[in-house]
Amino acid sequence: MITVQRSSSGSSHSPRSSSSQPYLSISVTEPVKLGNGVQAYISYRVITKTNFPEYQGPEKIVIRRYSDFVWLRDRLFEKYKGVFIPPLPEKSTVEKFRFSAEFIELRRQALDIFVNRIASHHELQQSEDLRTFLQADEETMERLRSQETGIFKKKPADLMQIFKEMQTRVSDVVLGKEKPVEESNPEYEKLKNYIFELENHLSEAQKHAYRLVKRHKELGQSLSDFGKAAKLLGACEGHALGKAFSDLGTKSETLSVRLQKEAHQLLMNFEEPLKDYVRAVQSIKATIAERANAFRHQCELAETIKLKEINLDKLMLTRSDKVGEAELEYKELKAESEEATRRFENIVRVMNEEIVRFQDQKTQDMGIAFHQFAKGQSRLANNIADAWRSLLPKLEACLS
Amino acid sequence: MMGSENLDSEEAHMYASREEMENLVLDEPSNNNNGTKSFSDYRSAMSSLADTHHPLSSPMAAPADSDPLLTPPPFRDFRNPNVATDNSSYIEPPSYSDVIFSPFDENAVNEINGVDSPGRSSDSSGFLSKSTSSSSDYVKITVSNPQKEQETSNSLVPGGNTYVTYLITTRTNIPGHNGSEFSVRRRFKDVVTLSDRLAESYRGFFIPPRPDKNVVESQVMQKQEFVEQRRVALEKYLRRLAGHPVIRKSDELKVFLQVQGKLPLPTSTDVASRMLDGAVKLPKQLFGESVAVAPHEVVQPAKGARDLLRIFKELKQSMANDWGGSKPPVVEEDKEFLKKKERMHDLEQQLSNASQQAESLVKGQQDMGETMGELGLAFIKLTKFENEEAIFNSQRARAADMKNVATAAVKASRFYRELNAQTVKHLDTLHEYLGLMLSVHGAFSDRSSALLTVQTLISELSSLHLRAEKLEAASSKIFGGDRSRIRKIEELKETIRVTEDAKHVATGEYERIKENNRSELERLGRERRADFLNMLKGFVLNQVGYAEKIANVWAKVAEETSAYTREST
Repeated sequence: MITVQRSSSGSSHSPRSSSSQPYLSISVTEPVKLGNGVQAYISYRVITKTNFPEYQGPEKIVIRRYSDFVWLRDRLFEKYKGVFIPPLPEKSTVEKFRFSAEFIELRRQALDIFVNRIASHHELQQSEDLRTFLQADEETMERLRSQETGIFKKKPADLMQIFKEMQTRVSDVVLGKEKPVEESNPEYEKLKNYIFELENHLSEAQKHAYRLVKRHKELGQSLSDFGKAAKLLGACEGHALGKAFSDLGTKSETLSVRLQKEAHQLLMNFEEPLKDYVRAVQSIKATIAERANAFRHQCELAETIKLKEINLDKLMLTRSDKVGEAELEYKELKAESEEATRRFENIVRVMNEEIVRFQDQKTQDMGIAFHQFAKGQSRLANNIADAWRSLLPKLEACLS
Repeated sequence: MMGSENLDSEEAHMYASREEMENLVLDEPSNNNNGTKSFSDYRSAMSSLADTHHPLSSPMAAPADSDPLLTPPPFRDFRNPNVATDNSSYIEPPSYSDVIFSPFDENAVNEINGVDSPGRSSDSSGFLSKSTSSSSDYVKITVSNPQKEQETSNSLVPGGNTYVTYLITTRTNIPGHNGSEFSVRRRFKDVVTLSDRLAESYRGFFIPPRPDKNVVESQVMQKQEFVEQRRVALEKYLRRLAGHPVIRKSDELKVFLQVQGKLPLPTSTDVASRMLDGAVKLPKQLFGESVAVAPHEVVQPAKGARDLLRIFKELKQSMANDWGGSKPPVVEEDKEFLKKKERMHDLEQQLSNASQQAESLVKGQQDMGETMGELGLAFIKLTKFENEEAIFNSQRARAADMKNVATAAVKASRFYRELNAQTVKHLDTLHEYLGLMLSVHGAFSDRSSALLTVQTLISELSSLHLRAEKLEAASSKIFGGDRSRIRKIEELKETIRVTEDAKHVATGEYERIKENNRSELERLGRERRADFLNMLKGFVLNQVGYAEKIANVWAKVAEETSAYTREST
C-alpha cells in the first residue's frame, strides 16, 4: 500500500479545502473465497482513504473481484491511450481451483500494487472510472463489468468504425498495398526493439528466480530428511557420538524450516517483482500496438483526403452539382483527419513521458527487489552459519 | 577452460555433469546386500562430481566481456585463503572459516587438482582409520596408468582377449619391504585372487570388501570411463587394505604389491581344480567308507564339490540346530556377541538411510548452486543489454544495481559448489562405513560357519562313539573274538581319533575367529566413533565457513542497495 501525492504536471499544489497534503491511498485486503467449484472466485475488500474533493468521503470500503480489476484496466486502456497502464496479475484459471494460500497472497499483493500505481499516476488518478471502481456499490459494479466484455458489447457506432477499418485493410491487401504502414522514426524503432528484447531477457531472469525459489524448498526438504536420518543414527550409536548426531539432526531440521520461510520471502519479494516487470513490459507492447493503430488510422485518413481533394477539384472544374456534397464530405473528413492526427500526436507525446517515468519506476522497483533479495540471502546465510556454529563447542569437546 | 569458454558450452557442461550425477545417484539400495552396488555407483558419481567441479569453479565469463569484475579469479588455494587475486573486487574477508579450515581440506582440494599430497601419510585409506596408524608408519599406494594387454596363451579367440593392467605403486617406510618405493603391474583378476586368499587367511576379521566384478560386455570393459572408475575403486580398496592394522602386514598383500610378473598366489581356479580331487573322493564318501574330515581341512569352511559330504553333514547339523531337536553341543552362548550383532544390523540400516539422505542433501546443494549461477548469468546478460541500450540514467543505475546482484549470485554459486564438493568428501565417511558393513557380515559368517563345523564334528563324534560301542558289545558276545568286527573296531577307533583331532583344530579355529571378531568389533567401534566425530566436525565447519562467505557477499549488495528502502517509505 503506497500513500501517494496528487500531482499535476509542473504546477504547484493548488490550495485544498483540507489543510493537509492531498492523498489517495488504497488497500486491497482480506481475500475471501466465495462460491463453489467452477463458479468459485475470490473477493477482496478494497479500502480507499482520500481527501480528494471528487470522492464521496474520506474513507470508502467496497468489495471487488478480479474481473472488476480487469474492467478498470480495460477502461483505462481505452481512454488513456499512450499511457502505460499498470499490469494485472495473470488470470490463471488452473490455479484458481487449487487456491493455495501463496497464490491468493501473491494475487492480493499484485492487485494492491496495481490500484496504487493508478492512484499515483498524475493522469490516471483523475479517471472517473477509477472513482467508480473505488466507490460504486456492488450491483452497479456487476452491471458495468458484464457490459464491457468483448466486441459484441460495443456500441453500434464503434462497430461500424471497426467494420470500416477492416474494409480498408482488406482492400489495401487486395490492391497490393501489402505492408501495414509503420512510422519511420528511428528512435521509436529503437524503443520498440528495446521493449521486445527486454521482455525476453526479463522472462529468462524471472524463470531462474522462480527456480531458485524451488531450490530453496528442495534444499529445505533434504535438510529435514537428513536431520531425521542423523537423529536415528544417533539413537543407534549412543553416548557422546549419538548425542552429536542427534544435535546435528535437530539443527538440520531447524534450518529446514528456515529455508522454507526464505523460499516464501523470495517468491513474494523477488520473483514476483520480476514477474511484475515482465507484465509491465507486455503492457507497453499493448500501448505500442495502440500507437500503431492510431498511426495507421491517421495515414489512411490522409490518403483518403488526398483522393477526395483530387475528386473535389475535378468536380469543381466540371461545375458539377455534386460539388456541394463533396465539399461537405471533404470538410468532415478534414476534421476527422485532424482529430486522428491529434490523437496520434498525443499518444506520441504521452509515450515519451511515460517511457521516462517507466524507467525511473523500474529502477526504483528493482532496486527495492534487489535489496530485499540480498538482505534475505544474507540473513539466511547468517542464520545457517549461526546454527551450525553452535554445534562446534560440543564437537570440539568430544574430540579432545 | 577459464574465461574463453562461451556461455552455452559452459551451461551445457553444467547440465551434462548434473545429468551424469543424476543418472548415477538415483540408484537406491533396495536392501542391505545391495549396499555395495549403489555404494560404488554413488562413489563413482561423487568422484566424477568432484572432478567436474574444477572447470566449473571458474565462473561463466560473458562473451567478449572485458569487464575485470567478471573475469574469473584463479582457483583459490586454501592454504592461503587471503592471497589477493588479480580480481580486486574479490577480497576474502578474514573469517572463522579461514582460521579453521583443517589440512584435511587442503588434501581434499589437492585431490580435486589431482595433486598427490605427501602430507596424507597415515591417512592412506582416506577417512578411515585415522586412529589406527602408529605415528611413523607409512604406506601409500597409488593405482595409475591403465594399459591394454593381450592374453598370450590359451587364446581361443584369435586376436581376442585383451585385458587391462594397472600400475600399482607403493611408498612405504615400514621395514621388511624391499626398499621404500616399488611398482608392479596387476590386472583385476589378480585383485580377486588377493581378496579370496585374504578371506581364507583372515577369517573373522573385517576385511575391506573388494570392488565389484562388474560383469559387463567386453566393449564396455575397454571404455575410458569404466577403466577410470575401476582404477579409482582399486586404489581405494588397496588403501583400505593397507589401513587395516593386521592385513597391512599380511604376506598376501606384500606379495601382491611387490612381486614382479605373475602374482604368486594360488588363484581361485587352482583351488577349484581340487574339485577334481573331490570328484574322486565323492564316490568313496557316498559309499560310506569312513573318510574322516582331515584336521587341516576344517580350518576352512566346506565349499565346492570336494567337500560335498562335509557340506551335507553340516547342513544336516544346521537343520537340527534350527529345529531345536537335540540341543547342539556348542551354542553361541556369547550374549554379548549376539547383542553386538544386532546392534551392527541396526547400525547398518541407519547408515544406509543416512547415506541416502546425505545424497539428497548433496543434490539439493548442487542444484542451489547451479540455479544461483544461472540467475547470475541471466542478470549479467540483462546488465549488458541495458547498458548497451541505455538512453536514460535510470537505466544505467539499474544496470549497475543488477550487475552487483549478478556478481554476487555468481560468487554465491561458486561457493555453493565448493561447499558441496567438500560436503561430499565429509559425508563420504558414511558411505565408507556402510561399505564396511559387508566385511562385518563376512566376519560374522566366518564365525557361524566355524561354529557349525565344530557342532557337526561333535555330532559326528558322538555317533562314531555310539557305533563303536555297539560293535564292541556285539563282538564281545562271540567267543574268541570276531576278526572282521575287531578289525572294524580298530578302523573306527582310528577314525574317532582323527575326528577328535579335527574337532580340536576346529574348536581352536572357532575360538580364534571369535577373538578376531571381538577385537575387530572393538577396533571398528573405536575408529568409527573417531571418524564420525571428525566427519561431523568437518561437515559443520564446512557449512559455517561457506555460509559466512555467502553472507558477506550478499551483505555487500544489501548495503549497496540500501538507498532504495529509505526512499520508498
